[in-house]
Amino acid sequence: MLEVRSLSIHFHRYTRGLRRTVLTPVVDLYLKVSAGEVVAVVGSSGSGKSLLAHTVLGLLPSNAKVEGEIWFKGELLTPERQALARGRQIALIPQSVSFLDPLMRVGAQVRRAAQLSGKNRHSAAAQRAIFQRYQLPLEVERWYPFQLSGGMARRTLVSMAVVGEAELILADEPTPGLHPEVVRETLNHLRQLADEGRGVVLITHDIQAALQVADQIAVFYAGTTVEIAPVTAFSGKGEGLLHPYTQALWRSLPQNEFIPLPGMQPPPQDLPQGCLFAPRCPLATAECTAERPTMRAIAQNQVRCIHAQG
Amino acid sequence: MKVLRYLIRKLLRLVLLLFTISVLSFTLVSLSPIDPVQAYVGAEMMRIGPEQRQRIAERWGLNDPPVVRYMRWLSSLMRGDLGTSAIYNQPVSQVIRQRFLTSLGLMGTAWVLSGVLGFLLGVLSGARAGSWIDQVIRFYAYLLASTPAFWLALLLLIVFAVFLKWAPVCCATPPGLLPEQVTFAQRLHHLALPALTLSIIGIANITLHTRQKLITILNSDYILFARAQGENLFGLIWHHGLRNIALPAITLQFASISELFGGSVLAEQVFAYPGLGQATVQAGLRGDVPLLLGIVLFSTLFVFTGNTIADILYHLIDPRIRLGVES
Repeated sequence: MLEVRSLSIHFHRYTRGLRRTVLTPVVDLYLKVSAGEVVAVVGSSGSGKSLLAHTVLGLLPSNAKVEGEIWFKGELLTPERQALARGRQIALIPQSVSFLDPLMRVGAQVRRAAQLSGKNRHSAAAQRAIFQRYQLPLEVERWYPFQLSGGMARRTLVSMAVVGEAELILADEPTPGLHPEVVRETLNHLRQLADEGRGVVLITHDIQAALQVADQIAVFYAGTTVEIAPVTAFSGKGEGLLHPYTQALWRSLPQNEFIPLPGMQPPPQDLPQGCLFAPRCPLATAECTAERPTMRAIAQNQVRCIHAQG
Repeated sequence: MKVLRYLIRKLLRLVLLLFTISVLSFTLVSLSPIDPVQAYVGAEMMRIGPEQRQRIAERWGLNDPPVVRYMRWLSSLMRGDLGTSAIYNQPVSQVIRQRFLTSLGLMGTAWVLSGVLGFLLGVLSGARAGSWIDQVIRFYAYLLASTPAFWLALLLLIVFAVFLKWAPVCCATPPGLLPEQVTFAQRLHHLALPALTLSIIGIANITLHTRQKLITILNSDYILFARAQGENLFGLIWHHGLRNIALPAITLQFASISELFGGSVLAEQVFAYPGLGQATVQAGLRGDVPLLLGIVLFSTLFVFTGNTIADILYHLIDPRIRLGVES
């Protein structure tokens, strides 16, 4: 359904007078999502996760330069096609209640989302139906966003994405700072949407949350995809994981060995020449620092490491 | 109950404010070189001997200590007596009422015009931030923000009244006519230039403020989400922008009443428009102390009312305040 091929994003910024700096927060990124599938995109902050969602929707600021290709349902996603697909075929589930207009009643916002998705005449009925589906009491439609509880806000945001017929759902960090019960509920909603035949991208830094619902997990590091692996590979001592960063990430989890990885992710204005992970990699050789490795398919995984073996 | 407490608190604050202002202005006037006797007698001063002068001062209690004089003034103020204006030879309250009604048309027109135009320009400018139209509007706004009201008034007077002869040179009505003979069209004709001056000056503030607010809103999370839903620029402004900038704009417009009052003093002086502003200048120049103090108190009341309305509107309109207090 969605395929992102060698996507790079550059930001041009003028600092101190006319000195121009180029930031490259996303480098040669790869991602593939099929219908009926939840793909979790995990990575630490600054790994380019949220930018991915904005790029797919065509919502980057004007000083961003995009390279690479995004394919949606077999067609190249051009800016014109993005404008048509926004809200109709591709929907966003944002992070928090701050993404709702603070001065507009909740029901009106859901109805507006329904109208924009193409349900012009039936927006009121669509809103009632979606409220019922997500167990939002009817009186909530007259409320303002600040009156919503955390769980209700979450369900409202999901309703707005799903009130139309969008086939691809991009959930951008939908679970931070939430009550565990609300997190579970939100993740279940995403799973249901995939089971209905939609493609779901779950962008998160919470690998635990990702493991609960995802089919595939794409691991981001410094703006690129280092590995895409089926969720089953994340088990045991991580034998099924092929990239040294993914393995290190798995080992660093509290319920595993809890060993942190020393060093820092390179900043987007100062990326290394070769493999982006090489400066922190225990396996790094001279070859690694010479050239950036490409994505290779090994067994069920896709991995960006020249040392990886099946 | 809450409303009642709010009103009582506001009222107490107003009383305190009026008291402070009255003490301050009374002190200033007492310290000023204005001689009330001379101001009252005017040109006839030469014909009055020092003895007679002393008798007037005695009778008015001018030789009493300032505190005694202030208390005397305050107690007649309590009875609603603001004294008599020497230059208009009428009770001060009557002068203020007549003058204020004349000014009200002028200030009201300017207030509405500058509010509506300023808001529209601000929205246009903010929506197309960085474009040529934004540049033009901003240039215009900065230019006007730094233009003194009296200078603009003189410029408009020279262009439209002297050269083009489209507008009258002075006054609120044609000279030589009784008030009941003046038509509505004639009044409008005389109102046009002063109102235009005040509007043009008032626009800059609201335009720049609205522009800035709209730009902030267009960069907010909820606008990003609205765009993700497929909303275009017009939809963003229509459904989310206006709703969110209207409130600060309305508040600003009510709070700007003090500036409007200050501007009208200058504009009325240039156009010889017989409103409250012009009376203020006259009272100051010719030492009409009762009138000056009366106007000071009245304008305090006027500005306070404007700010209070802004405050109350905020509570009535913003659901976060209106409903947040209840729950």
